[in-house]
Order: sequence, then C-alpha cells, then structure tokens
Amino acid sequence: MEFSTALVLNAIVAGVLLGGFYAAVSVGISISFGMLDVVNIAHPAFIIVGSYIAYIVNDRFGFDPIAVSIVLSPLLFALGLLIYRVYYVCFERRGLESLRGLAFFFGILFITEVALVLIFGVDYRLVETRYSSVTLRLGAVDFPLRLVVPFAVSLAMVIGLQIFLARTFFGRAVLAVAQDQLALRLMGINPVRVKEFAFALSIATAGVAGAFLIVIQPVQPAIGREYIGLVFAVCVLGGMGSIWGTLLGAFVLGLAESFTSTFFGPSWAPAVSFGTLLAALAFRPSGLLGR
Amino acid sequence: MSNRTFAAITLGVAILLMVASRVVANDYFLSAAYTVLQFVILATAWNVLGGYTGYVNFGSAAFFAVGAYTTVFLHKALQLPLPLTVVAGTLVAGLLGLAVGYLTLRMRGVFFAIATLALAVVLYTFVVNWDYVGGARGAYIILPREVPFGLPRYIHLLYFAMVAMAALALIVARAIETSFIGRGLAAIRDDEVAAECAGVPTLRLKLFSATVSGALMGMAGTTLPYYLSYVEPSAAFNLSYAVNSIAMPLIGGMTTWLGPLIGAVLLGTVQQVVQVTVSSAWNLLIVGVLLVVFVTLAPNGIMGWVDAWRRGRAPRP
Repeated sequence: MEFSTALVLNAIVAGVLLGGFYAAVSVGISISFGMLDVVNIAHPAFIIVGSYIAYIVNDRFGFDPIAVSIVLSPLLFALGLLIYRVYYVCFERRGLESLRGLAFFFGILFITEVALVLIFGVDYRLVETRYSSVTLRLGAVDFPLRLVVPFAVSLAMVIGLQIFLARTFFGRAVLAVAQDQLALRLMGINPVRVKEFAFALSIATAGVAGAFLIVIQPVQPAIGREYIGLVFAVCVLGGMGSIWGTLLGAFVLGLAESFTSTFFGPSWAPAVSFGTLLAALAFRPSGLLGR
Repeated sequence: MSNRTFAAITLGVAILLMVASRVVANDYFLSAAYTVLQFVILATAWNVLGGYTGYVNFGSAAFFAVGAYTTVFLHKALQLPLPLTVVAGTLVAGLLGLAVGYLTLRMRGVFFAIATLALAVVLYTFVVNWDYVGGARGAYIILPREVPFGLPRYIHLLYFAMVAMAALALIVARAIETSFIGRGLAAIRDDEVAAECAGVPTLRLKLFSATVSGALMGMAGTTLPYYLSYVEPSAAFNLSYAVNSIAMPLIGGMTTWLGPLIGAVLLGTVQQVVQVTVSSAWNLLIVGVLLVVFVTLAPNGIMGWVDAWRRGRAPRP
C-alpha cells in the first residue's frame, strides 16, 4: 500500500470521526465504572438493544434512528433504574459485588445477546437514512455523513453530560458519590438514589450510542462483544471517571484503530483496543487525565 | 481424607467410567459424556481462580481455544501424537494465564476480569488472521485411521482421554484446596490487604492460581480438534464456554472442588437434553438465566443449601 498524504489525512479524519462515536459508546462506562464503581460489563449489550430499538422504529415508521433514540431514551433510563435496583439489593448492599455482581452483569450480557438472536436471528441489520450514502469532499479528504452526523450528536451529548455533571446540583452529587459516600449521607442525600439515577443515565447514553452504531455499520447481536474491550480501554486510558478524559481516550483509540485498518487491514482493528487497554493498565493505570 | 486416598478414589471412578463406556456402546452417549466432562474440567479450572481466590475470569473460551489451536498447530507442523499435544496445549495455556495474571493481577481484581474479557476478542482476531492454522475458514484434522488400544472408534479414545483429564483436574483442584496454598488463596479472597499483612505472598499465590487455572482450561481444549475434526475460530472461542465455566461453579458452589463438579454435571446434562429436545439457542438462554437467577437468589449455590441444611441439623453448641 502506498503511503501518501491523502491516505494519512483520510485516516486522521476517519479516526477523529470514529473517536467521536467511541466517546458516546464509552461515556456510559465512564459514569457507571469510573464514577459509581459499578462494573457494568453488560454496557455493550445495552448499546445493541439501542441499535435494535432504532432499527424496529425505523423499519415500522421510517423515523430517523438517532432522533428516535433520543426520544425513546427514557425507556432505557427506566431499564437502568430497574437493573441498578436489583444490583444494589442483591449485591452491593450485601458486599458481594466483586465476584457475583460481575457474574450478574455477564449473565445479563449473555441473556440479551441470546434473546436478540432468538428474536431477530443472526442476520446483519442496517438502517438507511437520507444522509447514509452522502459524502462531503474537501480536497482529497472524505467526510462521510454516515460518520459525521453521529460524531456531531455524540460530541453534543458528551459535552452536555460534562456540563450537567459539573454545573448542576444533581451532577455534583454524582461526582460526590464517587469521592465520599459518607459525606453525602451527612449532607442529607441518599447516595443510593444518586447512584441509581446516574446508572440509569449511563444506560440511556448506551441506547443513543446504539442508534449511532446502526447508522455507521450493520449490526448483529454478537457484535456488542467487540466493544467490551473498547469501552474499558477508553475509560481506563482517559482516566477513571473523567468525561474529558473519556473524550480524549476515545479520540486516541479512534485514531489508533483507523491507522491500523488503513495500514494493516480492518481485520486487525479489534486487537487495537485490547492492546491499548493492556498498555494503559501496565504503564499508566491512572489514565491520561486521571487524578 | 488425605490427598492420596482422594486421588485413588477419583482414579477408581475414572476407570469405572471407562469400563462403563465399553458396556454402553452408544456413540451418542459417549459424545454427550465427553461434552459434560469437558465442562467438568472448565468449571473446576475456573474455580481454582474464581472460587478459591475470588478473581473472575471471563476468558475461559480464550484459554480453551489456545489449547485447541495448539493442537491444530502441532498437528499440522510436526504431526505430534495426541498425548504430546495435550501436554503442549496445557503448557501454552498455563503460560498465557501467567502472562495475563502478571500484567493485571497487581491491580484491583476487576481489571483482571476486564483484561480476560478483552483477551478473548484479541486472540480471536489473531487466530482469524493466522492463515497457517486455517484463519477464518477453519482447519480440518484428519483422524488417524488406526485407533490405539484396540478401541472400535476414535470417540472412545477421546472419551478415555477426557475422563482421565477430568480426574486429573479434580485431583489438582482438591490438592490445592487442602494445602497451605488453598488457605492462602482463601485468605486473599476474604481480605487481600489483611492476607498481605499476615505474610501471605499474595502476588505469587495469585499468579500460581491463574497459571494452574489457565493450564487446566487449555487442557480441556486440546482434544477439541479431534472431537470436531474441524475447528473454526468461532467454534473454539464460543462465548458459551466462558458462560458455562462461570455458571457451573456459581450454581454448584464455589468454595470446594465438589461445587463445580455438581454444577457441571447438572447443567451439562440439562444442556445435552435441551439441545436434543429443543434447540441449542434455547439451551444457551437457559444457562444465562440460571446464572443470573442463582447469583441473585442463591449466591452460595447448591453446596450453600447443603451447608445450611447441615448446620441446621447439627446440635447447637
């Protein structure tokens, strides 16, 4: 393969656009794992659920998948509330979260995947939108709208979350729960309620990310597994619980993956996230922007 | 019961199981028993790290597949006989366990869990891109025409091998459990900081346990290419191995060697029945649901019930 400027520029643009999408995929893990210490390895499963919700509504009524996912996000929010309730009552309160809580989320991941296979089969599903096949060109560089639209909405969502967490009372309560639960209790706030809300929020972002995913590429139930390494790699690389860190980590991974696909072939791309995760764990476990 | 007595009894049972296969000469039953025994090894291996030490391994399928693909590689490259590939696959998977453990076991336990989860994806990618062992297309293993020991078909030999390996896994697991290593691991599981302070060499014990656990999982996979006679990455790396090897100890009970055995025999048999009568997708759903139900409602598994019942019967001091 020839090493040309256009190729490199295209790889950079594709990486940045991909990184924006990865930020949406991982911001939920940053909240649940980074801030709340709930190791939700089923996060990718909820992303795929979001993809299928967007797919069904688009298939029946023809609405735009991303708009649908934002309108229907209360649905996944409610699901998140329910799951955290069960998790809290069965594991966190009894101090069983380290082993059995993990197994619980793994079970949920697996059940969701198998249930989707039983309902929809293992066929790949894709949603066609008006902008799906449009590509803007700037000189030799391509900007496929299929990637640009999710990138823009994702950036808006992640920055919105950061503002919400940093500026509002409730957002600060979520940050406080990550630091000192006892202090929160002394201030008269129930940390469980705060965590419940924040966890539900993280699942809601997974639903929206799912709609991005099905706009970007065809989806089948087992595809969620490929994102497990990615979401944790982004979260650890960026620094636990830092939203800006997540954004940065997502761009690093997007670029790394885009360059790997361009120069070594797309079949190697899934190995990138794990390599990054291991490197981050081995050399800088506190992450790029970690405290 | 001393370890030697236990080993003698286990080997006795193993020989009985082998003899039984010559009486019940039905290939389907042998093949079903092979699968159940394979799960006995996987569950026991998972429990060495998960149950005794408290570190969750989501990558059982990766270790299992490493065993399987070591066999494919050695069969293709050197035409090695079965016993040697079993030993080699066990060693390679053990080394992998040691390496992953060395990189992640020094941090909080959850990072080890995440690393094993991602490990499966990466090794899968690696194998898919490795043409020598078949890549995404998979590889055929041509079974030798002559079956050793005068056995009628190759599945008999594989069944014998599986019985022997399952017996070995149980003996090793129980030996670890009853030794000072097992007590050290239990101390790590209950409170790692306290264990470290009390002089338990935590990192070394954790690495030992990760190595043994990985090696046993790899051992279970070494005969897979002969069993299927065709291996492809998605069969060897199937997520169901990972789910089963977690679900079985959790359902059976994690503190002793008996729990994974009970869980594997129960769940393995149920799956064989469901697979024949309903379908394999439903059988995976059942495993997942059972895992979640048990972990939420009966966190100590079947052995937990037995212990509670025993305590209820014992005269109160």
